Amino acid sequence: MTRTDISEAAYLIASLLFIFGLKRLSSPRTARSGNMMAAVGMALALGGTFILPEMGNFAAIILAIVIGTIPGWRLAKRVKMTAMPQMVSLFNGMGGACALFISLAEELRWRDEMAGSSHAVPVNIALAESFPMLLGMVFGAISFTGSLIAFGKLQGLVSEKPLRWPGQRLVSVLLVLGILVAAGGTVTDLSLIWTILLAVLALLLGVLQVLPIGGADMPVVISVLNSCTGLAAAVTGFAMKNMSMIIAGTLVGAAGSLLTVLMCKAMNRSLAKVIFGSFGGAAKGQAGAGQADKTLREIAASECAIMMGYARKVIIIPGYGLAVAQAQHLVHELDELLEKRGVEVKYAIHPVAGRMPGHMNVLLAEADVPYPKLLDMEEINPEFEQADVALIIGANDVVNPAARTDQGSPIFGMPILNADKAKNIIVIKRGRGTGFAGIENDLFFNIKTRMLFGDAKKALQELTAEVKSL
Amino acid sequence: MSGLAMIYIFVLAIFTGVEVISRVPTVLHTPLMSGANAIHGIVLIGGVIVLGKAGDDPVLFTLGFIAVILGTLNVVGGFVVTDRMLEMFKAKAPDKSKDAK
Repeated sequence: MTRTDISEAAYLIASLLFIFGLKRLSSPRTARSGNMMAAVGMALALGGTFILPEMGNFAAIILAIVIGTIPGWRLAKRVKMTAMPQMVSLFNGMGGACALFISLAEELRWRDEMAGSSHAVPVNIALAESFPMLLGMVFGAISFTGSLIAFGKLQGLVSEKPLRWPGQRLVSVLLVLGILVAAGGTVTDLSLIWTILLAVLALLLGVLQVLPIGGADMPVVISVLNSCTGLAAAVTGFAMKNMSMIIAGTLVGAAGSLLTVLMCKAMNRSLAKVIFGSFGGAAKGQAGAGQADKTLREIAASECAIMMGYARKVIIIPGYGLAVAQAQHLVHELDELLEKRGVEVKYAIHPVAGRMPGHMNVLLAEADVPYPKLLDMEEINPEFEQADVALIIGANDVVNPAARTDQGSPIFGMPILNADKAKNIIVIKRGRGTGFAGIENDLFFNIKTRMLFGDAKKALQELTAEVKSL
Repeated sequence: MSGLAMIYIFVLAIFTGVEVISRVPTVLHTPLMSGANAIHGIVLIGGVIVLGKAGDDPVLFTLGFIAVILGTLNVVGGFVVTDRMLEMFKAKAPDKSKDAK
């Protein structure tokens, strides 16, 4: 067996471990071991790469790996559960940038080889050789800057609101055309300027595609960019003729795309609408008009405590407001107090509550809320009719009845939690503003609804104190 | 490896990727996305190869060196974050985890 054979064998086993790892990640019981398997696969692929023939610079490789490991490890260990989505986005961006640099390096290496021969390179050969590299650069660059903007939006460094400017789509189209022209220039001219231009335009495209998208759609955006990096890895694998990169990259590209579709389905939105923007703007105008007769009914924490303390069944609907306020532990405390009083407490988890699908599950899991108490939308919806209180904490669009009734609403058709079917509804909300989608919520004006204004953490502290003193 | 063989692998991997996660519960969407994110850190391999074969070419060396750092960030950060998310699920699978503090 040659060293190449051993590497190839390592790649094969690594690819299998990635596949089984992904498979195991799809079920709660096996998920953690699945992640471990994938990590082992990665280590194996890395080991296999070290023994490839004609490799050198080992000291530099190890140094670079150490430099990358330390901040990666520390960031990942320290980040709060609420900040997970942007962390995933950040690491995704690093992968994209990595693909960009590798593709650029491969392109340059290829050019150097060509420069050695005296013949001019025919365009068709240049195209065939460069194609994967150029594609890798474009995908890598888009996911690099796109992910950074998504990170910035979720971290509060960049405005969460959709940023819009005149001729937005035209600019995007021009950028795409510009990238094509630069790609054409690269293969016909083989000069570095074109290649740099290509990378810069793609980086710009990443920024401009994500800026106009609002906070509500970030889960979808991160998922799209995740599969984008997967594709970048795959095409870079083509460029380097590396099997493990092709397989792992494609797996992620495909799985990520499916995940994106699943998310869009949960929100009843088309991917095109997310990417080209449709929330905000239009809907806001009608919200203010013609609703003068609607009043919000406020309630004191003490009264809420009585309603819930003497209820038989309470369903808690957590939303992003809960995550921002870091109030997941308080919710669990309230839940335990109520259970001690004999109240049945359950959680209704909307598929897109929070910023990423499953975000709420992760948060509540962190606070030790028992897994069986978290119910998916389909399971919990029939139970609202028997619930005495639906407690909505920092959620808005996922309980908006306009999704059922108002055909003009941008969220029309999105499946929602039937909070309005509960006997009483309590809404904990920071202010009177609208949700991410920028749509007025009729549920808040419902005769059964009481509003408890305030930061989720403070409101829940008051509420638990009141329940204790009952 | 011939170009056609690579395309075969590419196409089959697409189907595998879709098939393998087609029945994932919503609960696991975030960890799954994060896990997939770690797996595309495989670009690290590309970075290692670029750096390993760069010899003493300063441009390739620099590009490769940066690529390895970025790829490592993706891999390490991705797997650790995913593990942290999943650790919580595990703690709560049994019914009585309440008093365990």
